[in-house]
Parts: sequence; C-alpha cells; structure tokens
Amino acid sequence: MVTTVTERARGGVGESVVRVDAAAKATGAFDYASDLRADGMLWGATLRSPHPHALIRRIDASAAAALPGVHAVLLAADVPGKRTFGLNLDDQPVLADGLVRYHGEPVALVAAETPAIAHEAATRIAVGWQPLAAVTDMEDALRPGAPQLHDFGNVLRHVHIVHGHPDSAEADVWVDGYYETGMQDQAPLGPEAGLAIPAPDGGVDLFVATQWLHVDREQIAPCLNLPAEKVRITLAGVGGAFGAREDIHMQIHACLLALRTGRPVKMSFGREESFLGHVHRHPSRIWLRHGATRDGRLVTVDARLLFDGGAYTSSSPAVLGNAATFAAGPYEVPNVRIEGTLVFTNNPPCGAMRGFGAPQVCFAHEAQMDKLAAALHVDAVELRLRHALRTGSVLPTGQVLTGSAPVRELIERCARAPMPVIQAARGRDQLDYPGATGNVTHGEGVRVGIGYAVGFKNTAFSEGFDDAATARVTLSRGAGGAGGVVAEIRTAAVEMGQGLTTVLTQIARTELGIEQVVLHTADTSMGNAGSTSASRQSMMAGGAVQMACRQIRDRLAQRARDRTRGQPLPDPVELRDGALVAGGEWVADVSGLLAEPAVETAVYHHRPTTGFDDAGQGDIHVAFTFAAQRAVVEVDTELGIARVLQVAAAIDAGKVLNPVGFEGQIEGGTAQGLGFALMEELRTENGVVRNPSFTDYLIPTFLDMPPVRTDAVEEPDPGVPYGLKGIGEAPAIVSTAAIVAALRDATGRELNRVPVTPDDLAGLCPPRATDGPPPVPDVPGQWPVPYYNDRVSAQQQLM
Amino acid sequence: MKLRLTVNGEPRVVGDVAADESLLTVLRDALGLTGTKNACEQGECGSCSVYLDGGLVCSCLVLAGQAEGSEVVTVEGLAADHELDPVQEAFAQAGAIQCGFCTPGLVMAVHDLLRRVPDPSDGQIREALAGNLCRCTGYQKIIGAVRLAAGRVNGHHGY
Repeated sequence: MVTTVTERARGGVGESVVRVDAAAKATGAFDYASDLRADGMLWGATLRSPHPHALIRRIDASAAAALPGVHAVLLAADVPGKRTFGLNLDDQPVLADGLVRYHGEPVALVAAETPAIAHEAATRIAVGWQPLAAVTDMEDALRPGAPQLHDFGNVLRHVHIVHGHPDSAEADVWVDGYYETGMQDQAPLGPEAGLAIPAPDGGVDLFVATQWLHVDREQIAPCLNLPAEKVRITLAGVGGAFGAREDIHMQIHACLLALRTGRPVKMSFGREESFLGHVHRHPSRIWLRHGATRDGRLVTVDARLLFDGGAYTSSSPAVLGNAATFAAGPYEVPNVRIEGTLVFTNNPPCGAMRGFGAPQVCFAHEAQMDKLAAALHVDAVELRLRHALRTGSVLPTGQVLTGSAPVRELIERCARAPMPVIQAARGRDQLDYPGATGNVTHGEGVRVGIGYAVGFKNTAFSEGFDDAATARVTLSRGAGGAGGVVAEIRTAAVEMGQGLTTVLTQIARTELGIEQVVLHTADTSMGNAGSTSASRQSMMAGGAVQMACRQIRDRLAQRARDRTRGQPLPDPVELRDGALVAGGEWVADVSGLLAEPAVETAVYHHRPTTGFDDAGQGDIHVAFTFAAQRAVVEVDTELGIARVLQVAAAIDAGKVLNPVGFEGQIEGGTAQGLGFALMEELRTENGVVRNPSFTDYLIPTFLDMPPVRTDAVEEPDPGVPYGLKGIGEAPAIVSTAAIVAALRDATGRELNRVPVTPDDLAGLCPPRATDGPPPVPDVPGQWPVPYYNDRVSAQQQLM
Repeated sequence: MKLRLTVNGEPRVVGDVAADESLLTVLRDALGLTGTKNACEQGECGSCSVYLDGGLVCSCLVLAGQAEGSEVVTVEGLAADHELDPVQEAFAQAGAIQCGFCTPGLVMAVHDLLRRVPDPSDGQIREALAGNLCRCTGYQKIIGAVRLAAGRVNGHHGY
C-alpha cells in the first residue's frame, strides 16, 4: 500500500525530467486513495442534508442499523471528542448537531460490508427536518433581519486598505465597473477517498489524498479524542486537488467508523458527493472606480469587494485578505481605497481554489484597464506598460516590492508572440466553426477578438504566518555495496500532480552531485512541511531539501578535514559527480566519506510578514509571481458560441526547475482559467446545488483548449532557493480575464460576469446590474470577526 | 450471479455479481484491477476506458452481465509486467501526466485511436479524445504524446 518511488534519471535543476511517478501512473500501477483496500475492510457512506438551512427535529437510525451487512451508524452524539473542525476556525460540525447550514452538510455515517449496502442504509435513516428560511444571496446576508448563520452574525471578515489620499484624489477621467464571478469548482478527477485502519494502541492509521497531512491531524485528533501521535496519516495517491483537498472531507468520518467498528473502513466519494463534499471558489461581486488624468496617468482606484463564503469559515479569511491586496492590479496607483467583505450564506462553503481570491479581482481590474484605455483613447497594452509594477514599487498595502518584478517584459512578450492563423470566416469546413455547430452558419457572424490580462499572486502564506517546511535527507552507500551513493528524501510535502517530487529529486541531484535519489512516501512521522498550496512547495519544501543537502555537504567536508587533521578546504566546497570538490580540486570520493551515512534535517522558513494595521498597511506577502496573457478568440455572435484560438502566456518564473513540468503547469492552469471564463459554474438555486455532475458541470475538453504558447521570463528572486518563483497559480489567474477581454473585443459587449454564457455573447442577456456596493459593515478590526471573541485560540489566529 | 470472462488474456470467474453492477466495479473491486479509474461513473470522463471484445468502451456504462464470455483488456494488460507500451512510454516522456488519474483511460483511448488512424491529424486527435477529461494538463502535452507514440508505432511496428 505504501509505495516508494525510485528514479535514476539524470536530470538536475533546470533540465526537463520525466516525472518520478510517470511509469506507475501510465500503467495503472499507481495507488490512488480510491484504489486502496485492506483485509476485512468495510465501506463508509455519508447521509447529507438535502436542505440549505434546516433544523433536525429527530433522527431514527434503527432501520439503517437493522439492514444486514451494516456494522455501524453514527450521529453527532457519537463523536467522542470535539464536535467541530475547520482550517481557520473550528466552526464546521463533524456531523450536524440539530441544525444544517448548507445543502450537502454531513448528518450521519454508515459502515457496511459493501458500498451498495452502506448507501442503501444511509437512505434508510429517517430525519425529521424543519426547513428554515435560507439566506443565499451575499448582499441579502448583510441586510437587517437576514437569517444569521453564526452567533457573531453573517460578516466573517472585513478588510480595509487605504493608500495615499483616495478621498481627495482628483482625476479627469473616471471609469466605473461592476463585476460578478460565479462559483467555480476544482473538479479534480480523483474523488475524495481514504482508508482508516484501527490500530492495536487504540489509535488509527489513515491513508488519504490530502494537501497537508499535519493540519489534517490537528483537526482530526481532537474530534477522535486521541492524542496527535495516535493519529498517523500517510499520503495516498492524489488525483488532483487545486485547493479542494485543503479542507477535511472524509478523514474524520472514516476514522470514526474504523474506531467504532474495529475494522478498516474505506470511504470514496462518487462525483456528485465530491461536488457536495468539498469547498469551492468564492462567488464575488466587485465594484471598481478608476480615475486617471487626461494625459493617461492612473491616479486612483476605489475597490469594493463582496465575497460569498457559504456556510462555514474554511480558509475564507485568507482568501479575502488576498483578494483585497490584489484588487488594484499589478499597477502603480498612488491613491487606493479597498473595502473587502466576506459574508456567510446558506450556500456551499467556499475555500481554497487555485488563485485563492486573485482570479476574481483580476477579472475585474483587467476589465477596468481596458475600459480606462478606451476612455483615454490609449492602447490597452500601452496603458498597462505605463503603470506596471517594478522592483521598488509600493503596493496599496504600503509593502515595497523587493523581489524581481519583470511585469513590463511579460506584457511585451505576450504582445510580441506570433498570432495564430485565422481562417476566413466564410467557406470553412463546418467543423471549423466555433462549436462545430453543423450546417447552421456560413460564418456570417464570426468575429475575432484579442484580449490581454496581467495579474499576480503571492507565494506561500501571508499575514504573519510562519508556514515552515521540514525535510530530512540521508546520503549513504546504499544497499548491495555496488558503490552507488544513494540519497533518500523524507518530507511530508504533498505531491498532488503538480510535479513536486520530481523537482525535489532534481534539487537533491544538483546539490549532492549524485544520480540515485529515493523519495519516501509522505507521512506524519516526518516533520511538518506545510500545505501544498499557495504556489509554495517548490520554494518551501524545495528550500528545505536544498538546506539539508548543503548541511550534508558541510558534514562531508568536516569528515574530509578530520582526515587531514583539520586542514581548511578552499572555497567553494561542492559535491560534484560523486566527489567532494574544494576550490575546483578533487578532495575525496563521496562514497569514501560515507562509512556512516550522513543524515541531516532542515527546516526552511520564508521571510517573516505582518498582518494588516488599521489602515490596511503591512508587509503582507512573502513574494510575488506575475503573469501576462494574450488570448485570441473567435465568436459566432449570432449563435453566442466562442472558441479560443490561442493563448500566449508569459510567466515570471524566477528560475524554471523542470521545463516540461513548468509548461504543464502553465497549460493546465490556463485550461482552468478558460473553463472559468466560458463554462464552469456550480449553480445553486436557493442554496441547492443544481449541477453536481460532469454532465452538467462542464470542464474544458480537447475540443475547447487552444494551443498555449508558454514563455518564461527568468529573473531570479533574491533570497529564494535558485531564485525560483511559485508558478502553479498565476496562469489560472490571468487566463479568465484575458479570454473575456478577447470576447468583449469580438462582440463589443460588456460581459461583466463569468462564466460568460451564450446568451451573454449573443446579446440575449443584459449585463449584470447593481444598485451600488453595500455599506461597509461595522467590525472590530481587520482580523476575522470571531477572532475578537475569546473562544478562538491563539493557535488559530496564526492561520 | 456468476460471471465468466477473459481479462488481459486470463480466464476469470467472478462470483456474487449483482445484477446492477458495472463492469468497472467488477474490474476494480472484485478483480483488484484498479488501473481502470472511476472519476465520474456516468460515461462523461473516459477514465474507465477498456477494450471489450476489441472495442473501446466506458466500463462504467457496461453492465457486468453484458461482459459474460467477453474478452476485456485493461490498462494493466497493454504491456507485459515491468514494460511499457509505446503509448504509455510516450505519455511519460512527453510530460502528458500530472496527477495521472485520467492517464489510464487516455492511454486506452490513444491506443485505440492509433490502431484505427496510425497518423492522426490534430483535429482527429482532438475529436477522438474529446470524451476523455483531464483536469491538470490542458491537453497540449497529451497531444504531444499522441504524436510521439504515432511516430514510434509507425516507425517500428503496426497495431
């Protein structure tokens, strides 16, 4: 069940390397969480709420328990420890305790001999529901008299940022815009799944697909009433994540069932349950006002953000903080005011998804830049170039950009990229029209459009959080005595498809000057590596592996000096081609210095950051990655069908560690941004999810994705290993905005909501209207409102 | 009911198969062939693609009973142990794999495409694979893998 991946490919940092897990994945041998099994295993199933807001008057589980093959039925009262969990705040019930706040909230659990029996039993649990009025509109949530989701009200957090003198800023040209974004879903192909095995010591071993083993354990153990060391978690194969696995999904439930029945219990969601059982991207409403001088200087931005967090906290406070800091775009603006509010509703909980608050505001601020360019009669690319952030620029938070910021270069590379071949609109093969619609058009309404977008994203956690990463590296002569030196890496950092494990082996090869690297499966016996999210693991886990390797180098240098009675070695001391090299001269073969293995553990911390002060000022983020894209589309303006012909992407990469993997991240992120622009929305109706399937929630296919031209700008970020930047999220942030800009160019329509629908493109649906932003809520400060209550522990305040 | 079928060249007998069970669950849960994936179980994603009597099918849409007496080839059966089929090799080398959950189904679909169309055009590739969803790659590297595999297959041996 525990697989160890070994790879002998030669590649170091900067080379295209075949993934360490490629062969196992291509042959079907790779074990995903949903593939696990154990002797005597039972299957778990979950009864979920059909209501967005309801009281539970009574529950009768007797018919379920009486079904042959059922071994346990658990309700809220059966949770032996703490009854709630959560990433930023422990407000989410393990099982609903008398009240549900969203469609899909877990109510009861079943363990049975087969999945079919477990699901049948779940349907036989009789629940006496009393539906309550639900608040499912984010502006309604702020109105007096709205149903209150939590005891402190419906406002989870409000962030207020003032930079310069926005109230007195004078401008000649004003541009107002209102924007909406829908609820996107991560839709990883691998379903939420895991296997919990009860242990003889009264603890539990959990094998699960997750993004952060240690924070899972922090949330699971108290609910099981177990000390942390009795909850041992091992990473199972992860079939994609994109943020969806940062929150707990089936972990606590499977452990509860395993401990109750004394049998291994597997839980594996079907697609519908997957859509109901994880957090989503926050829907948003955004009001922006840009002011510029007549000669084309952007002097002020006023931004009002409203984000729908759904029913529980998840990571929403951090998402809002991010969105607020990026709301003015990657531009120098002397006067900025940003008011960002995140509310609770009875919609599904929202949390982490690739981009983490940035895609919503990028869609809005880039539309504004195009509008402003038009109002000023300036080229839209030129306007962006004029204001692009650079090293030394000051952000609206007062944070000074100290790292590399090749924003102009990114924009110019996109603008210079070769254009795709565009066929004449008339006389094509029918399959070559947008939508391949058949014989209903001869191309009369086909129009081409070009759009640009620029955006940015922070790497690693912000607002004062010290999300360190630990790695241990062992260098030894290896088994068999063949003389081969082997490095072993132990880190709890999660590989979820993005290519981290391959990058870590490249770093070890480069630093240690050897070829053979063994990577051990991540588990909680290893030190905390932090989350695989926020584009952070190449920097954080990669930094820890690099540090551990350099400690090994120093250890081996010490061993060499000990042999020569302490003679100092000339700089630089390196490990190269299996040898210790000093000042360019061979000192010793590494294998000769490994009579005893060298074992080193390192903890990598990023530079410290701060929270927001009362004016929203602070050194909020660690580092930034910028991206620019140009999208070329064609739209059949009569049918409302769009096709993206090409995306030219330029990414601020710092240093590309594995070019083939880098391109894959850019192409894949662009696809998710394309989906958000054109088709992806988890739709709710009065809080009820209407399309939890791949039949009704559409993600881009081979026929939707255009060629993506990826261009990396490698300007090293000082103080970061190899000068690298986290690149997982940036492409997903800008492609939505670039594609919609191109759609506007093709149609001449406002298109102020994503995903854009055929009705929007054909002019059958007017732009979304607004009565203006809601008033700024009364909150005690910049932190999430419940943090000002004493029931929140100091530990949680850190997140 | 009892089900008799040939899987990857071996005759297999599976007992206790429910009337509403799919070929997919028989492969995964009864025979332990978990290379065939279960991303949607309603025929939208292609992750469960296998050969059924030589034709590519979504095994989630095939009732187990329909496979009685049939010959099934799964992703585990394309190449001998510890070897890779040229399609699998091309996926690895072209960077066509990220999380890999779609990979077995896509490997089957590409294998099927190349035995029907040895040198497919971009349009033929996109159309043939449009029933296979991938959430990680944006598809570009998979198209690269198809071209790589096509070149090798045509250069060395036919399907």
